[in-house]
Amino acid sequence: MSDATTYAVGGHREGFAATLREDNWWIGPVLTLVGLLAFVIYATWAAFAGNHYYTAPYLSPFYSPVVFTYTTAPGAAPLAHSWFGAWPAWWPAFLPASPALFILPFPGVFRFTCYYYRKAYYRAFSGTPPACAVGALPQKSYKGETAWMVFQNLHRYALYFALLFIAFLTYDAFISFFKDGKFGVGVGSIVLTLNVVFLTCFTCGCHAFRHLIGGKLDCFTCDAGSARRHGAWKRVSLLNARHMVWAWVSLFWVGFSDLYVRLVSLGIIKDLNTWN
Amino acid sequence: MAKTRKFRIWRGDEQAGDFQDYDVEVETGMVVLDAIHLIQAEQAHDLAVRWNCKAGKCGSCSMEINGKPRLSCMTRMNEYAPDETITVQPMRTFRVIKDLVCDVSWNYEQNKKIAPFKPGPRDADGNYRMKQDDVDRVQEFRKCIECFLCQDVCHVLRDHEQKEKFVGPRFMIRLAGLEMHPLDTADRIPKIKEEFGVGMCNITRCCTEVCPEHIGITDNGIIPLKERVVDRYYDPLRILWRKLTGKT
Repeated sequence: MSDATTYAVGGHREGFAATLREDNWWIGPVLTLVGLLAFVIYATWAAFAGNHYYTAPYLSPFYSPVVFTYTTAPGAAPLAHSWFGAWPAWWPAFLPASPALFILPFPGVFRFTCYYYRKAYYRAFSGTPPACAVGALPQKSYKGETAWMVFQNLHRYALYFALLFIAFLTYDAFISFFKDGKFGVGVGSIVLTLNVVFLTCFTCGCHAFRHLIGGKLDCFTCDAGSARRHGAWKRVSLLNARHMVWAWVSLFWVGFSDLYVRLVSLGIIKDLNTWN
Repeated sequence: MAKTRKFRIWRGDEQAGDFQDYDVEVETGMVVLDAIHLIQAEQAHDLAVRWNCKAGKCGSCSMEINGKPRLSCMTRMNEYAPDETITVQPMRTFRVIKDLVCDVSWNYEQNKKIAPFKPGPRDADGNYRMKQDDVDRVQEFRKCIECFLCQDVCHVLRDHEQKEKFVGPRFMIRLAGLEMHPLDTADRIPKIKEEFGVGMCNITRCCTEVCPEHIGITDNGIIPLKERVVDRYYDPLRILWRKLTGKT
C-alpha cells in the first residue's frame, strides 16, 4: 500500500529540524539552550554589577584576580587585593567600574571555543545540525569552521590563559582558609576549593591540553621524555573522556561560587566557619 | 512466538519512489535485516538491499531505521515497541541506486586522494618495529568497517552537500591513523587543512554517535587533527618559537 505523503528520493524529509526520528531528540538541545542561556545571563549581570564580589576571606572567581578595585562599591575588594591599585581614571564612563570586565573575557573565550561547547551550541543555538540525522538550518554556502569561524582556533591561546587562571584561583582558594592571619575553614573555603578542582578537571581534560601534553607525538615510546608524556596523555585522556561532565559541573559551580560570595557579602546568608 | 510487525520501506530509484507498507511475522531474536529478508522472500522479491556478513563486520547493510543511520543486521527488533511501525530508508548522503541500496563509490574516490603510508628506513636488521603503546592508539582507527554511516550522518555532507570541500569523518580517521603512525614519514597536514577540509567539521559528534565500532572519531581522530593544524598554523607560542629558532 502506498503512503499518501510525498517524500524526496530516499524518503527523507527536507528542511530545518526535519527528520523521521521518533525519539525525543529535541530534549538535549533544549536543555543545553536553557542551561547556557541561564549561565550567560547570570554571568553577564554579575560581571556588570561590580559589587558584592568580596567578603573576607572569599573572592568571587568572576573577579579573580582583581586588577583594579573601585573601593567605594559595596562588597568590593580592598585596595591591598588589587594588582594595580585603585580604579583607573581612563576607564570609559559608559562602562560600569567592574573588575570582572577585565577577567571574564578570558574564561569566556576558553569556554566558547572549547570543543565540547562547540558541539553544544552548534546544536542548540545554530542548528547545524540540531541533532544527528535531523535537518540542519539551511545555508547558502556552509563553511564550517573556515572563513570567519576560523577564530575557533583561538582555543589554543585561550588555554594558555585558562591555565594561568587556575593558578590564580588556586591561590584564592588557599587564602580562603585564612582570615586575619588565622587558619580556619568556612563553607566558602570549601566552595572555592571545589571550584578550583572542577575547573582544573575541565581545563586539564581539554582537547587542546590533551594534545599538548602528549597527543601531538607520533611515537610514545621513542625516548624517556615521550614515554613520560604518554603516561600524562593517558591520565588526561581519562579526564577528556568526561569532558562534557566537567564542562557542566565547572560551569555550574563557578556561577554558584560567585552567587555564594555575593549572598554572604549582601548579608542574605551567613557563612558557617570556624572563625566565628 | 511470532508477532506481526509493521514496516514502511522506501521503494524506488534515483528518479522517484515512495514508502510501501508491509506486515511481517517476526520471531524472537530477529534483527531488522532478518525482517527485510522475510519481506524480500515473501512479499517483494524485487526489493533491493545490500548485505553480506550479518555480523556487523562487513559494513554493507547501512540504512536509516526510524530516521537513524544504523546497520540493519545489528538493530534488534526488540529495540522497538511492539506497536511501533519501523520505517526503513536508504542512506541520505549518497545517490540511491534502488530501494535501500546506495552508490557509495564517492567514498573510494576520496580514499584515493590520501597519500599512502610512507615508512622511514628499516632497522639495521631489516625489520620495522613498533611498541604496543604506539600500536594501541592507531589500532582504534583500523576497526573501521567502512559502513559509511558516519559519512551519511555528517551534516556537512548530508545537509550542506559540501562533498568537494570535506572528505568526511571516515577519511579523517584514516588520515589520523596515518598521521599518528610512529613509522610514517609523510606530511599530510597542509592537505588536511585545505583539500580534505578538516575546518568544515564543526565537532557535532554525530559521526561518533552512529559508529557501530564505537570509534572515538571526533575525540581521537578529528579533534587531534584539528589540533595538529593549529600547531602548524595558529598556535602563537609555536609561531614565535619557529620565528626565533627557525625550527618547525
